[in-house]
Amino acid sequence: MTKLLINGKEHEVNAENGVPLLWVIREQCGLTGTKFGCGIAQCGACTVHLDGQPIRSCITPAISAEGKNITTIEGIAPDPTILHVVQQAWIAEQTPQCGYCQSGQIMSAVALLNEYPNPTDEQIDAAMSGNICRCGMYGRIRSAIKRASASLQSSTL
Amino acid sequence: MKKWTRRAFIGAGVLAGGTLVLGIAIRPGNRASKVAGLIATGGETVMNIWLKIARDNTVTAIIPHAEMGQGVHTALAMMLADEMDADWSKVRFEEAPAAKEYANYSVAKGFIAGNANFPKFLVETIDGIFLTAVKSLNFQITGGSASVRFTGQDAMRIAGAAAKSMLLQAAADTWKVPVEELVAEKSIVTHTGSGQSATFGELAPAAAKVKTPANPKLKSRDQFTLMGTSQPRLDIPAKVTGQAIFGMDVQVPGMKYATIKAAPVFGSKVKSVDTHVTTSQAGVLKIVNLGDAVAVVAEGYWQAKTALDALPITFESTENDSLSQAEIFSRYRKAMDTDLAEGNLETHFKSGDAAKALKEAKVLIEAEYQLPFLAHATMEPMNCTAWVQQGKCEIWCGSQNPLGVKAAAAELLELELDQVIVHNQLLGGGFGRRSETDVIKQALLIAKEVDVPVKLIWSREEDTQHDFYREATLSRLKAGLDESGLPVAYSHQFIFKHHPPEAADIPYSVPNQLIQFSSPPSHVPWGNWRSVDHSTHGFLSESFIDELAHAAKQDPLAYRKKLIKDHPRLLAVLDLAYEKSNWGSPLPANWGRGIAIGQSFGSVVAEVAEVEVNLEGKVNVQRVVCVADPGFAIHPDGFKAQMESGIIYGLAAAMSGEITIENGAVAQGNFHNYPVTRMSEAPKIETYIINSDNAPGGAGEPSTPFIAPAVTNAIFAATGIRIRQLPISNTDLRVSIRQTT
Repeated sequence: MTKLLINGKEHEVNAENGVPLLWVIREQCGLTGTKFGCGIAQCGACTVHLDGQPIRSCITPAISAEGKNITTIEGIAPDPTILHVVQQAWIAEQTPQCGYCQSGQIMSAVALLNEYPNPTDEQIDAAMSGNICRCGMYGRIRSAIKRASASLQSSTL
Repeated sequence: MKKWTRRAFIGAGVLAGGTLVLGIAIRPGNRASKVAGLIATGGETVMNIWLKIARDNTVTAIIPHAEMGQGVHTALAMMLADEMDADWSKVRFEEAPAAKEYANYSVAKGFIAGNANFPKFLVETIDGIFLTAVKSLNFQITGGSASVRFTGQDAMRIAGAAAKSMLLQAAADTWKVPVEELVAEKSIVTHTGSGQSATFGELAPAAAKVKTPANPKLKSRDQFTLMGTSQPRLDIPAKVTGQAIFGMDVQVPGMKYATIKAAPVFGSKVKSVDTHVTTSQAGVLKIVNLGDAVAVVAEGYWQAKTALDALPITFESTENDSLSQAEIFSRYRKAMDTDLAEGNLETHFKSGDAAKALKEAKVLIEAEYQLPFLAHATMEPMNCTAWVQQGKCEIWCGSQNPLGVKAAAAELLELELDQVIVHNQLLGGGFGRRSETDVIKQALLIAKEVDVPVKLIWSREEDTQHDFYREATLSRLKAGLDESGLPVAYSHQFIFKHHPPEAADIPYSVPNQLIQFSSPPSHVPWGNWRSVDHSTHGFLSESFIDELAHAAKQDPLAYRKKLIKDHPRLLAVLDLAYEKSNWGSPLPANWGRGIAIGQSFGSVVAEVAEVEVNLEGKVNVQRVVCVADPGFAIHPDGFKAQMESGIIYGLAAAMSGEITIENGAVAQGNFHNYPVTRMSEAPKIETYIINSDNAPGGAGEPSTPFIAPAVTNAIFAATGIRIRQLPISNTDLRVSIRQTT
């Protein structure tokens, strides 16, 4: 058995035969917020953070995440009663349609804002173009990132 | 509005605990081929749409449509709550279960088959409601951009108004005051004169005993309090926390996982496979030969996928094994030539004498257009969880057609309908793909072979290669212009007609028209793809009219305006598009502006695209102005979101969407070779709504058909190159090419 630290909680999992982190998170840990979209790191629906860095869990062997901090969509809110500022912005902009890609979108956006609290459009393009939204809500995702950025700025003033 | 008596549809009852339940029965009739297919597999007819009022004063709207991101749960609940004057903060919704109470398979069958043995209440209304009933078939399925315009208008609003009327009457009876003196507001009924008031929840048990109103009065637009406002969508909070459950996320105790590989060439069968599980296949429980596909059941998806990939499978050869995309188009050409020569073309529309008018016209314009097959590529790959037990089965899936799922399962497993339980989940994109039942049937056949629940998950490659595709088509267009440059003759020959039936119509006044089509055999499965036939015809007719405008040396927008002068609704949309896009204002070098307009699913939409074609030939769609008239937008922000969504969906197809057939099978497999629009390629979209008070139009599809022609018309304006084959990525637009064109 392999021990994985997900959202601050330890999970004992079977990580044999190169099983990707995605399937371990979903099937063995029961955290289904992280989605399967393509299986080849083309769509970003499976994005999680590994020690704060966004990675595509569909091509990352679970075994390679041993000893690292794994964060999923279920673990980004500061506590169960308060949403992350990015999640709040997503609601304010009424961003999701079907919603299937949005966990991955939000994980990419959180990582982007951690690196660039006040991102330019080019930085948004670069950070977010690995995440496909088939409902085409790119305009709303961009607006939500800018809204989250603005509220991050005002809260740190 | 309608001749039928609403009373015939409405029935009331009281549930345990005093909950008032109000139902409206909706009956379908025969509509289009999509629906005919549904009936053939046993679709249902009578559906009850319910609302519930609980003692704690919450109102629950039970909504017979699947949520796939269009916000339908919110919009329909708003329509019901507005008519009721319910307190929106106390309104909940539930998606109607695909259960016996909501469907009646035997009535459907009899109705369609012409069996005269109808229930009495149906016979009473059958003539009067027939036209409405025809439309009502949409009520079972989420498609045709129909939820708000039919279910909302014809059912949710009436249910809300009827409930309010009964609640008022109950209060009048209890307090012995005239009903006219009562006011309902925010789920409370008040009698100002006596100072009495009661909540809907308190009145509900008495209201359930009130005679149902024959014709509940609907509000006029100036009385709306919720309709026309953008209430926060009820489904969104769970979608930002990972808590929303899609079909893919269902967890059933004891569940195992399966994945599948179907014969690559459509119609082929499995020739050989070793279904014996070996010790080297870690976690594998079962290998199932479904005849046209092989599935592996394992402890997890990864084990199933790894074992399936390593499994030697051979497939029977078929007559299509060497078929290529070029050959398919060549067969289309041949079919058109032959049908034309032998007089076998089927006629879509005819007016005047197009052949004669073409011969006599001052200028003749001819063009051939070609469009590719398209896959849906929903974000959530196909999946279904099934549990087959003795004498019953349970299904967990995200379906646009849960009642069709139920009927398909009952037929496949030879069960009664009430032995099939369907738990419909959120859909990670539908776009028409999730109206099919192929994946459900596969999951059931696999689950039959094991004694535990099984979740079947398709790989993205399987999803791309075993879709039901938007048709590839070929189109030959001709027009004759008079001295003023306006068309006097229009002829159009194309391949395949599905629906909506009017899709090949043009909105322009041309006196002599002949629109015909051929239907050659095809082995590629066809399916509803967002906007269906409008997705091809929007491009064809809006590109060709642009060609005519340029041939006549006239401004493309002004040219269209001359030809739709008898259609005030289109004119108003075109005028606003002109204004909002700053049509005619200067653009930088290598930029162009293109317009397209049309009506589909009851809504009129115009789009103006601003496009840059850089020196390397890369097309950057910078800005899209969308003007739409849906009659009345119930939820304006939701409507705008649907316009944005439809534009990006259509843009992805226009720019790079192409499924090709090689050796009889689909050549593409994943997003690297079936690319879709990404953040960096997405234009800025501005949507403007015109509430014209015309009959309510759809939202989910009407913006998709017009983005491709708006962009290619803009490319023509920028480069002088006319794109007659999609996707755009197949045309070389480098500046060196442009100068030699």
